[in-house]
Amino acid sequence: MAGINTPKNRDNPFKQNWFVTATWLLVICYVLYSFNAMGLSWERFSDGLGHASDLLGRMIPPNFSRWSLLMSGLIESLEIAIISSICGIFISLFLGLFAARNMMPSWISTPVRTLIALCRTFHPVIIAILFVKSVGFGALAGILTLIVASIGFIAKLFAEAIEEISLKQVEAIRATGAGFTSIILFSVMPQVFSRFIGFSTYQLDSNLRNSTMVGIVGAGGLGGTLFSAFQRFDYDFVAAILIVIIALIMFGEFLSNIVRRIFR
Amino acid sequence: MNTIDHHWQRFTLKQKLSRYAVYLVLVIAFVQSIQSVEVIPEFLLDAPEQMADMFSRMWPIDFAYYPVAVHDAMIETLNIATLGTLITLIFAIPLALMNASNIVNSAWCHWISRFFLVSSRSVNSLVWALLFVSIFGPGVIAGVLAIAFRSIGFVGKLLGEAIEEVNMGSIEALKATGASWMSILLKGYWPQVLPAFFSIVLFRWDINVRESAVLGLVGAGGIGVVLDDSMNLFQWDRVAMSLLAIFVIVILAEIVVVNIRKRLL
Repeated sequence: MAGINTPKNRDNPFKQNWFVTATWLLVICYVLYSFNAMGLSWERFSDGLGHASDLLGRMIPPNFSRWSLLMSGLIESLEIAIISSICGIFISLFLGLFAARNMMPSWISTPVRTLIALCRTFHPVIIAILFVKSVGFGALAGILTLIVASIGFIAKLFAEAIEEISLKQVEAIRATGAGFTSIILFSVMPQVFSRFIGFSTYQLDSNLRNSTMVGIVGAGGLGGTLFSAFQRFDYDFVAAILIVIIALIMFGEFLSNIVRRIFR
Repeated sequence: MNTIDHHWQRFTLKQKLSRYAVYLVLVIAFVQSIQSVEVIPEFLLDAPEQMADMFSRMWPIDFAYYPVAVHDAMIETLNIATLGTLITLIFAIPLALMNASNIVNSAWCHWISRFFLVSSRSVNSLVWALLFVSIFGPGVIAGVLAIAFRSIGFVGKLLGEAIEEVNMGSIEALKATGASWMSILLKGYWPQVLPAFFSIVLFRWDINVRESAVLGLVGAGGIGVVLDDSMNLFQWDRVAMSLLAIFVIVILAEIVVVNIRKRLL
């Protein structure tokens, strides 16, 4: 009897993972609890859907008749984004270098890292509120806010990029008797520069987005125009502003793709 | 053949020129913006004084306010962030599947999904919140939906990229057994995407905790409402309490996420 010996009880190849199942159960329990805790209900939601169609009806067609107001807000947003990005990139170039633990002694890198972490912790809007209090309403508060936000992002990633470089090239340059500045310029920067440009163009994009938002708390730019249009229920003007913002951001992404291609 | 005179260059002339063009455009844009932006220099000179004034008003932090209003608002903020992240998944997973070229092979689907993903990302969460506040009225529901809609673009894009990176070998093996579409998805793709999925969701949750803290400024619930109220009443000691609470929660969320991600990857 040369029968094929089939094992009687094979294991299921796809075993039930009890940990994962328990996690999903927990998630479901959480959703039920949070719906209860926050008083969310279906009536509230379906009620809102009626308003939504009303709102959309009032948004269409978008009203571009106040385009001069729109353009002045847009230009201010652009200016805020450009100034804050360039200042932020320039400052983070140094801060990132100082925060890299393989380049600097710990008594320099630790305080700089703490500073960068502080810049990252708060949402730009909260920083904007504090700056509006200290430098008054207007574009300056927006610029300072976005500089802080840029430092938090670029300097952190740049420091991490520097910590990952290969030290062989640094040693080779050092062996020629190069000074500190030359070591940075000719062995560190060539290794990290394209990544730095990547972070910077990303931050330029995100500053463009945020510059249309900081106006909501009075820090200049298109956000202020948008917020007051919302408060006066000018929904057709709101729609126009939103279209302009989306177009601006897409244009920004297009530009930063070009820059990234050039510096690759 | 004179190799000795050969001049070595790191970049070609075209590369150099285009780089200098970028620098030039940046400088021109910067100078132009500095000249035309409306900044009042007196305000900048005044800033250190004003800031000192603000911090002195913040100083003794009003800790007694925490049990009165801040605690409940913080719980609400965390709920908005978590529930928003979960609701995002309902929209983001189908869009990610549509956007992954190894699952759906149709240019139309890619364009549709990309349109939704990009428009979700372009509109800021505060603007989403403004929209939803005008639809559903002030309250938590506007905050949850704002967080959910803002996160779709982020989660959908990264998840789609993770799906595109899976190893197709096991997928083919499953196809060869005649497995249905659903089981290929669940037993072929899902186990491979799992670590990336959790790390993306956790990362977004961390961002959402930060964002949900400010949604209240436009009336969408959470700690932002408390912050806005005390700011409008110039109770800076209470503002400081709210800021401290936000700071602690954000740091805690980051520590939790970093630790879980370390175990996952």
